[in-house]
Amino acid sequence: MQTKRTIFPNKLLPYALLAPQLAVTLIFFIWPAAQAVKSSFEREDPFGFRTTFIWFENYTRLFSEPGYLNSLTKTAIFAVSVTLLSMSLSLLLAVAVNRVLKSNRAYTTLLVWPYAVAPVVVGILWWFMFNPTIGIAPYMLRGLGIDWNHRVDGNQAMILVVIAASWKQISYNFLFFVAGLQSVPQSLNEAAAIDGAGPFKRFWTIVFPLLSPTTFFLLIVNINYAMFDTFGLIDATTNGGPNQATNILVYKVYADGFLGLNIGSSAAQSVVLMLIVIALTAIQFRYIERRVQY
Amino acid sequence: MFKNALFLSAGLAAMITATPGFAQTEIAWWHAMDAELGQRLEAIAQGFNDSQDEFVVVPSYKGTYPETLTAAIAAFRANEQPAIVQVFEVGTGTMMAAEGAVNPVYQLMADNGEPWDPSGFLAPVTGYYSDTDGNILSMPFNSSTPIMYYNKDVFAAAGLDPEMPPKTWAELETMSRQIMESGAAPCGFTSGWISWVQLENLSAIHDQPYGTLENGFGGLGTEFTFNGPVQVKHWENLKNWADEGLFEYGGPVGGGDAPPKFYSQECAIYMNSSASRAGVINNSGDFEVGFAPLPYYDDEIEDPKNSIIGGATLWALNGKDPAVYEGVAQFFTYLSSPEVQAEWHQATGYLPITNAAYELGQEQGYYEANPGSDIAINQITRGTPSANSKGIRFGNLTQARTVVDEEFEALLSGSKTAQEALDAAVERGNQILRDFEAANS
Repeated sequence: MQTKRTIFPNKLLPYALLAPQLAVTLIFFIWPAAQAVKSSFEREDPFGFRTTFIWFENYTRLFSEPGYLNSLTKTAIFAVSVTLLSMSLSLLLAVAVNRVLKSNRAYTTLLVWPYAVAPVVVGILWWFMFNPTIGIAPYMLRGLGIDWNHRVDGNQAMILVVIAASWKQISYNFLFFVAGLQSVPQSLNEAAAIDGAGPFKRFWTIVFPLLSPTTFFLLIVNINYAMFDTFGLIDATTNGGPNQATNILVYKVYADGFLGLNIGSSAAQSVVLMLIVIALTAIQFRYIERRVQY
Repeated sequence: MFKNALFLSAGLAAMITATPGFAQTEIAWWHAMDAELGQRLEAIAQGFNDSQDEFVVVPSYKGTYPETLTAAIAAFRANEQPAIVQVFEVGTGTMMAAEGAVNPVYQLMADNGEPWDPSGFLAPVTGYYSDTDGNILSMPFNSSTPIMYYNKDVFAAAGLDPEMPPKTWAELETMSRQIMESGAAPCGFTSGWISWVQLENLSAIHDQPYGTLENGFGGLGTEFTFNGPVQVKHWENLKNWADEGLFEYGGPVGGGDAPPKFYSQECAIYMNSSASRAGVINNSGDFEVGFAPLPYYDDEIEDPKNSIIGGATLWALNGKDPAVYEGVAQFFTYLSSPEVQAEWHQATGYLPITNAAYELGQEQGYYEANPGSDIAINQITRGTPSANSKGIRFGNLTQARTVVDEEFEALLSGSKTAQEALDAAVERGNQILRDFEAANS
């Protein structure tokens, strides 16, 4: 790789130019994160009158609490399902749109719409459709002999939030896949076709490997999305219920901290969440990226 | 240009001379009342502002009860707290433990020379909100208690007497079954607030302890005991009735799905706060509504005890100027006047919190003109309150209620029996109480 080095005549100028960005990072990212780490070692009443330093008690308590272990499992199930479902569906749609010659712009526009909807609104929409009392979906499912009540059935609740979260993310993935597909050289495809490779063979041996940078990027984005950005959606559809069946880590941080006013435990959970994401991203870059062809 | 400037300065001068010689003291009031209740609340603030010109009460809606409490706490930590905040009964334990944050109402009134007579309040209200020394720490404002609403049209269609609502759970079961089997409605009954109605109030009505140390009134060392035989029996019944279809679950916390089940005539009976009255009347255009006390088990208790309180009180927070507290005290006096209270009670379905407001309503003939509007007050004042029916007081009760909801869902999904679910709720709840004790001592 070539690197251009800019030589600043003044030693202070580069730091001055960096300062605004550094200030934003320090004030909005590093400082709150440091506060969370500090709180995670303390036990405090909600009003902040009595603060006791308790070392790792918040953490040890966390990992001996069945509710937290359950939340870890649910988060894993949720993140993997959302990532797989939304990425595979959007790849399918992108390939389909790429093959359509006429009006593929119109399809693209339509498919991108859900991305413009705010997570809470998405939650409300699906909450409405699947509401066991007034929703249209349970009414139709009853016709098929399925008794839909995600207020009681934890598996159904999980299915609901996975579908809702994936639906929202499909647009984003779709856009990147469409762009990725357009950068696959047509000549390679044609050469393979002349050699007698069918559409499936061509997709798996040529297109898919060439898409791998896009896929890799989306994998990270989707896992982060499922773990962090789905808070509003969970809050609007299931509130983490029934019986904690959809209580993913990020929702539990909110519920314990803001509803339960247990600041120490909530801070410890957010620190753990931060570590998980750092670890995941590191693993992805270390191992998966090696197999990606740029 | 010069002319314009002249006009401007003349206007400015006029404005300055037009303002009164002293500034009005602002009193911020954070509350959690939306929609119609919010408008009623703002009308009260407006009424106070119009009645004098020294203070201005500024109400602001801060979201749900938990959100309002969280916002007030966060504001307190940042020294930006409002003078008055509305806190729901579940937050009472938390607020009482936060001694430095609160200006207790009995002291506030005494400091500012406002009249203060706790005996003027309804006895259950005083009992619920007093500390161990018998002092009321927060101003009672909107108190309710759960009652039973039923659909008279469905009762008639099922061949039942619409004027004879079920008195006991056994009657409720037979009637629900008759309603279902006759096809009058697909479901017998539903309920909002499972934790509050089907456990806390159930325990009070049947004189069963909810926790040790007088249901938590005696100190932070309290433990939950709501896994007794009556509670287990009731939850077992609810599970069986849910399986049979007689009972439909309306969701956790407030049970948001319960009201539409009743409004759409899917369920014939609906148990919820007396403050749901306005909503029920607004949404029952197609059918006639009846009101009744909550049912009880007549083989467990002969004379059911009083039910207990829900709703919220107003807390004065510390850290403001003395002048602000003078205004707060005057506002509280205005708020508890019989006229203001009676109007609030009659418009919303909340209890009249003072005896005077109740008597005023009687004089006005309100209860005769609106049958069923005195069910709540009769139910909460019946008999002599025992230690078990005086109320409950636990720290971190929001979390404990979440646990109750979760275990109820485990029961409904069939993964636990009633005994197992309640045992688990007690165990998890006690852990929460120990956390609260540790953080506050």
